[in-house]
Amino acid sequence: LVGGGAMSGGTRLENANPVIFQRSGERQLTASEEDDDVHDPIDDREIFDILSINDPEHPLSLEELNVVEQVRVKVDDAGSTVGVEFTPTIPHCSMATLIGLSIKVKLLRSLPDRFKIDVHITPGTHASEDAVNKQLADKERVAAALENSSLLEVVNQCLSTRSV
Amino acid sequence: MTNYKDIYRHCCMLCSQENILLHKYCRDGVKMSVQSILNTAASLLSLTSSQPHTRARGVQLLSEVLQECYGDLTEREVEVLIAFYENRLKDHYVITPPVLRGLKALTKCTVLPPGSAVSMLRSLFQDVHVQSLMLAERACVYNMLINLMETREAELKGLGADFVFGFVQSMDGERDPRNLLLAFQIAKTIISRGYDLGKFTEELFEVTSCYFPIDFTPPPNDPHGITKEDLIQMLRAVLTGTPKFAEFLLPLIIEKLDSDVQSAKLDSLQTLTVCVSQYEHKDLAEFLEGLWVSIRREVFQTSSERIESACLAALTALTSCLSRSVLSSESEDCLSTFLDLVLKDCKHHLSEPDLKLVWPSAKLLQASCSASIRASHVITASVMPNIVEQYNIWSHYNLLCFPLCVFPPPLEDSVFLAYRESLCSMVFSALSESNSSLQITATSVLTSLGQQTGDIQPVDLGHICLQSERSLSSCFSQTACLPSALMDQDNTEASEKLSHHAVRQRCLSALAAVSVHPSVVQESTPVLLEVLSSAHTGSVNFLVEEVVLACRSLQRIAEQVQDTEETGRCFHEVIIPRLLGLTLQAALQDEGSSGHRSPLVEEAVLSAMVPVISTSCSRLQPQLAEQTASRATSLFLNGDVSFLPDNSFPSHIQLQSQMVCLLMGCVHCRNELLSELEEMSCTCTHTLSYTSAAKCFAGLINKSLQGALVLQTIVHWYVSTLGLLKASRYSIVFFNPQVAKALLVRYHPLSTTLTDKLFSLLDNTDLGSMAADGFSLLMSDSADVLNRACHADVRIMYRQRFFSENSAKLVQGFNAAPQEKKPNYLKALSNIVNKLPKQVQVTELPALLSLLLEALSCPDGGVQLSTLSCLEPVLADPPAALIQQLEALVSRLLALTSSPAMDVRIASLRCIHALSRFPVHEVLPFRAQVLRALARPLDDKKRLVRNEAVQARGEWYDGSC
Repeated sequence: LVGGGAMSGGTRLENANPVIFQRSGERQLTASEEDDDVHDPIDDREIFDILSINDPEHPLSLEELNVVEQVRVKVDDAGSTVGVEFTPTIPHCSMATLIGLSIKVKLLRSLPDRFKIDVHITPGTHASEDAVNKQLADKERVAAALENSSLLEVVNQCLSTRSV
Repeated sequence: MTNYKDIYRHCCMLCSQENILLHKYCRDGVKMSVQSILNTAASLLSLTSSQPHTRARGVQLLSEVLQECYGDLTEREVEVLIAFYENRLKDHYVITPPVLRGLKALTKCTVLPPGSAVSMLRSLFQDVHVQSLMLAERACVYNMLINLMETREAELKGLGADFVFGFVQSMDGERDPRNLLLAFQIAKTIISRGYDLGKFTEELFEVTSCYFPIDFTPPPNDPHGITKEDLIQMLRAVLTGTPKFAEFLLPLIIEKLDSDVQSAKLDSLQTLTVCVSQYEHKDLAEFLEGLWVSIRREVFQTSSERIESACLAALTALTSCLSRSVLSSESEDCLSTFLDLVLKDCKHHLSEPDLKLVWPSAKLLQASCSASIRASHVITASVMPNIVEQYNIWSHYNLLCFPLCVFPPPLEDSVFLAYRESLCSMVFSALSESNSSLQITATSVLTSLGQQTGDIQPVDLGHICLQSERSLSSCFSQTACLPSALMDQDNTEASEKLSHHAVRQRCLSALAAVSVHPSVVQESTPVLLEVLSSAHTGSVNFLVEEVVLACRSLQRIAEQVQDTEETGRCFHEVIIPRLLGLTLQAALQDEGSSGHRSPLVEEAVLSAMVPVISTSCSRLQPQLAEQTASRATSLFLNGDVSFLPDNSFPSHIQLQSQMVCLLMGCVHCRNELLSELEEMSCTCTHTLSYTSAAKCFAGLINKSLQGALVLQTIVHWYVSTLGLLKASRYSIVFFNPQVAKALLVRYHPLSTTLTDKLFSLLDNTDLGSMAADGFSLLMSDSADVLNRACHADVRIMYRQRFFSENSAKLVQGFNAAPQEKKPNYLKALSNIVNKLPKQVQVTELPALLSLLLEALSCPDGGVQLSTLSCLEPVLADPPAALIQQLEALVSRLLALTSSPAMDVRIASLRCIHALSRFPVHEVLPFRAQVLRALARPLDDKKRLVRNEAVQARGEWYDGSC
């Protein structure tokens, strides 16, 4: 009956109607977490919760878009390394670098200095996977990107938890 | 060419009109549209152009002007303009859109000349094919109709069915949801305002019902925010608006119920529920069978709970529609025909041995039952005998659920009156079954039976209850019969025991629930007392929680029973003496310490008994309450046991000190009592005893008359003895705040003496810290004795009053105190401030800010925590004074992030988080410092702390760049 076409207006999105995944829900609080004396190691879920940040195109979190999944987050607290694989919603997503950069910046801000952070695209899910991975691994480029104030603004917008 | 002459003539007229208008505006002074009217008048020459597009531009300009200034036109001007526009409708099609806009503006005029609405619509319907217009123009047409219907209803009704026909033609084929909402609104108004539908009823139905059921998914990022639900609601309002649609709508609903789409079914059922509320039985008659078949099929087959409940709601609505109808002498009774149908299809399922369809059938029957008294009579009469019979054969609890389901709606009890006997026997046999879910259902039935007040005579209820007691006690004895040896055997038996515990709980609360009427209470309370006494003697094994529950049940009965002399006597002369007697026995026995330890000496049980006594004293029969209070007092003071039952006490007994807590329920003012209590609260070492004694004392002080001598002397004497510190330390710091509070809450002037004493204790090396805790007691709500329910004299806003009178003292004391005593002041401050309402906190805190900042660097973790929790809401809307102290605040908060206590770390990180929302120019200087300092808690050993740190650090990155 009522057509949708007549009503969509504004700028076209690259992927206007993505598949949405259910959120995994809040982490359950355990008794040991409330005990002052127990040491809780940093685990995969904790990193994953840090990453529930906004997608630049959608008002949805990366989790809901399945861009970041808990199984693709690996952390070694003792060895101080974190590896995150992310999956762009479509293979030609032009925002892949920006998403990767946002993830990287978020982790840099949220983890202790001792961690070595590795962010890359899930193998085989993006057309220019290698180029993006290379850019994300290049410390100098990441640092340079963060000097760029307009880029930093977009990244901050992604990371912002405040409702606009 | 005549056409053009026409235009020219109008144009000239218009020009002169515009000139007049212009003069008028110039004379009146400022008007924004003057300039545009001038321009319009100048360009009106383009109206005579031979190019249609040029003419369209001219009309467009004029329409825009009209949209601005339609309110200022005179009737004559409007008439001319309408004549012009109507004529323009016949012109080239490119001119139509601006013409419609102009007409829409004119429909909003208040001075529309009579007849012009009709003529406007006639030419509109005649000359314009609405559906070939663009979206915005179609909306324009609908808005015109809406405007005219609002202001010119009588005129439009004069058009008769032509108006409806014109509208039907205009909306036929509309596809845009925004326009559909408008069109549905018009259709709804046509129906609800009683426009003449004439022979176009079916057309109007067709043109709207073709959208039913609505299937619409809004595009992503839809700026208009129209939802499927909006459309459904509007369309439903149209379709269900009039019984004239019944003959078309009902077949449509039956058809759509066959659909495979769930949402279509749901929509159809909901529409059916709404529409039958308007219909009469003759509208329904010929479709009843079809509707019933569809509903029955859905309930029997569906797996969706929403559809099932929609079906049941529709069935209820149908039945109540039929029950409502007025019968004429020759028509048949639709309701009984319909119910016969229902019964024919459902009843036999109740007696099928496989029981598969029992539950859905019961639901269907219950849904029709709940519609009206008549329906419930018919159905109950036909079904109940069957159920009883079936229950006796199968004893399946689905069958028992049927009466249970029927009870909740407020039906006449007389429906079940005839079946009371068999229902009761059913319930009782269920209670004695071994299946615990069956027992639980049965107690629920019993509870609902008991809650039915009205036609059932108290005698009947008493009768029911009497029987229920028997079964309850049989139930108890059964559960109790389970040998206590079971206790330490394997798991299966332990779980069985657990479910017995559940059954007991149910029984107790069911018993409390049924006891509303005095005569029932007479029967039910002895059972509860029996539970207590057998728990005491140990003849039946009861858990402490069960005994507490029995006390709670008594309390509940005291809260809900009608206050008559009979119940008053029951409580004051039977129950309370019995309770006191049992407790006393237990306490005495405990001294002798035989093998069995009575649960009645447990603090939990004693604390549960207090509200039984206090509720009955405050609610039931004041004179008797007084008598109880004086008896209890003399029992306490003189060991007077004469009023207790089972009088086998030794003549001189030394009361157990903890019995004093029972006095909290009923205090009766006597001087010797005061001194006894005072003595006890200052010397006794047993916690429950001295706290209860202090509470009783405080209660008495609170209630004694203003200016009474006893009050003055007691307080003065008390203050002086306090100076000697003869009393045990712990109790004295508890006692003082209690008494101070008793006076404070009634605004008694002497309270200052006591609170000042408390303030001075803050400087005491040993007691300072406990005195600071006393302020918490002073400021918090009291659960017993000192509250309004116990008739204590409590004034409003005593906390604020105390705070505003004493905050200066606190600051002074703090400044004067030696360094090592300062923490006590800070602790007292945080205790006081914590209990103040948030609004008061926010306004009062600026004055105390320096003290609070000081408190942040106080080594006591508790003080830090409560200060942080005070600060956090203030930070959301920071006062100017706080911003001035930002540097000190930031450095103190950052220092607390490495506190050894997790709670303090979390609370301080939250405050730092809140700081990030301060004005950017204020926090920017601290940004680097904060970000650096927050790197450390990111590596905290506790995850909860890390989470807060991540959020706070993110916000600081975010907010200040």
